[in-house]
Amino acid sequence: MTAQTLAPPSGTSTHRAPGPARHRVRHLVADTGTMIGRSLRLVRRDPDELLLAVLLPVMMMLLFVYVFGGAMQVGTDYITYATPGVILLCAGYGASNTALAVQQDMAGGIVDRFRSLPIASSTMLTGHVVASVVKNLVSTVIVFGVAFLIGFRADATALEWCGAIAMIVLYVLAITWVATFVGVLAHTPAAAGGFGFFMLFLPYVSSAFVPPETMPSWMRGFAENQPITSVIETTRGLLVGTGSDGSPVTDLGPTAWLAVAWTAGITAVFLVAAAVAFARRRRQ
Amino acid sequence: MTTRSSTSRSAGADVAVRAEGLHKSFGPARRRTTVLTGLDLTLHRGEVLALLGPNGAGKTTSVRILSTLLAPDAGRATVAGLDVVHDAARVREVISLTGQYAAVDDKQTGAENLTMMARLAHLPRRAVAPRVEELLTAFDLTDAAGRRVGTYSGGMRRRLDLAAGLLAHPQVMFLDEPTTGLDPRSRQTMWDVIRDVVARGTSLFLTTQYLEEADQLADRIALIDDGSVVAEGTSSELKRQVGDAGVELTFATVADAALVAAALDLTRDGTRLRVPTDGSVPHVRSVLAAVEATAVVPTSWEVRAPTLDDVFLTLTGHTARTARATATDGTDRADRARTEQETAA
Repeated sequence: MTAQTLAPPSGTSTHRAPGPARHRVRHLVADTGTMIGRSLRLVRRDPDELLLAVLLPVMMMLLFVYVFGGAMQVGTDYITYATPGVILLCAGYGASNTALAVQQDMAGGIVDRFRSLPIASSTMLTGHVVASVVKNLVSTVIVFGVAFLIGFRADATALEWCGAIAMIVLYVLAITWVATFVGVLAHTPAAAGGFGFFMLFLPYVSSAFVPPETMPSWMRGFAENQPITSVIETTRGLLVGTGSDGSPVTDLGPTAWLAVAWTAGITAVFLVAAAVAFARRRRQ
Repeated sequence: MTTRSSTSRSAGADVAVRAEGLHKSFGPARRRTTVLTGLDLTLHRGEVLALLGPNGAGKTTSVRILSTLLAPDAGRATVAGLDVVHDAARVREVISLTGQYAAVDDKQTGAENLTMMARLAHLPRRAVAPRVEELLTAFDLTDAAGRRVGTYSGGMRRRLDLAAGLLAHPQVMFLDEPTTGLDPRSRQTMWDVIRDVVARGTSLFLTTQYLEEADQLADRIALIDDGSVVAEGTSSELKRQVGDAGVELTFATVADAALVAAALDLTRDGTRLRVPTDGSVPHVRSVLAAVEATAVVPTSWEVRAPTLDDVFLTLTGHTARTARATATDGTDRADRARTEQETAA
């Protein structure tokens, strides 16, 4: 071991760069980039995550089209009806797994080290969120791939495709920030995993797989008004141009704005909640 | 050798870390558990201070406050003259913390972990790769650099963790129980590495529950018990009081032990007595002769190196074990909760 390696600061080239006062923004951008790189690497190297991201979409598509599809009467081809729902189911579930990644960081020693560094340690959360969006977009591409292979055909212009993708990204962002909040609060992996369980079932009580008109009235009220329904209707309207009853959509505007309001609102609320919870847990 | 900056020479220029009257409690008002009850200590520049105490005495809480992770309820602490609460951001520029649980990602390789930490420590872009290379070599991790940390041994993880703490040349290092859970050989290696680090003048604040570790590494030792420092001194000062070794005698009854304790002017711990000794045959023989002169026969006796309990018994009059059971029940619970969390992860 050389003296050079372990010597205290002496103004050498390896000394820390000037403090945050002058380079705050530049550091914030660079630190966020480093954290995103970290989270992406962690996702890529988690065999469970990878398997889930690839296998779940394939299985869901096959399940809905070939197992349930034959029995469903929704006014259009069931594959056309259900594909947007499968996409959102997979993306939402994938996003909810962010809770586990965040919980693991919070419980391990690494969050303490990040907090002892001259960085905004909440960039750790941003890293997980961006990685989640990337991961779930990959997952979405897989669902589309399988859907096309077994007969799904979209009836969308390039602009409508962009709108649908943007809607999916907004949805993933919203779910990811809720998951991040859960991950910050959860004391055990089981508690963090509970959110994924919840997210795996929530889309069923919406217009994702069956028209809400078929549900009992009390459940129908929830199904028609919960955020996922507006997101589903918007995505389906953009991609295939039909509504929850299988008839063509004439004016998607109100539904789309409702979906944007829901997702943006949930994102904003839970982003702040996650940041506050993150700051508070340091004092415990 | 101490390195002092000529520009910052002031009244406290010699002090790396100072804590004054730190108080900290956790939990809601009705089940409040007090962990620190007025902790005072000073770490001078270039010095190694070991905070020695049993589990639940408040060691980790102290480190977390001094390294800006926790705010104290009362009291004040400075690092390099900067307040840990109000100047937290600037304190983080000059410290590094290596906690009790390795702060590295299992799914990243050793080199990736260090590169990430070097970037986050804001090393100049071009300095990152050479510095990472340098530390991998220094910590004998070059061969394992491309392997995921999940495949590392406990000792390798700790070395990588320590290397991560050194990337940005910290002025003050905090090491929280650096060798807990390591096998004797890895512990020895870790001590060598830490000695090399401090030999270059880095100020080191270390916590440990092993007397031997404090003795091996520290210039000064502060004994922490029930949230405050109960004794402080150089390793040799403490050892002068406790002895290199001890003749430990066990008696059948408390009365027997008390009789011998009175005759030899010693502190008694139940039916146990401990006489400090240098371990030499003449001295041990003289101790046994003095015991024999009391006409009380011990049920057993042995000569052994002092433990944390011996230090506590000698310096505070009660053992670390009792201190833990009676005084800081709540702290133990807080510690247990944290441990459970770690294990669950």
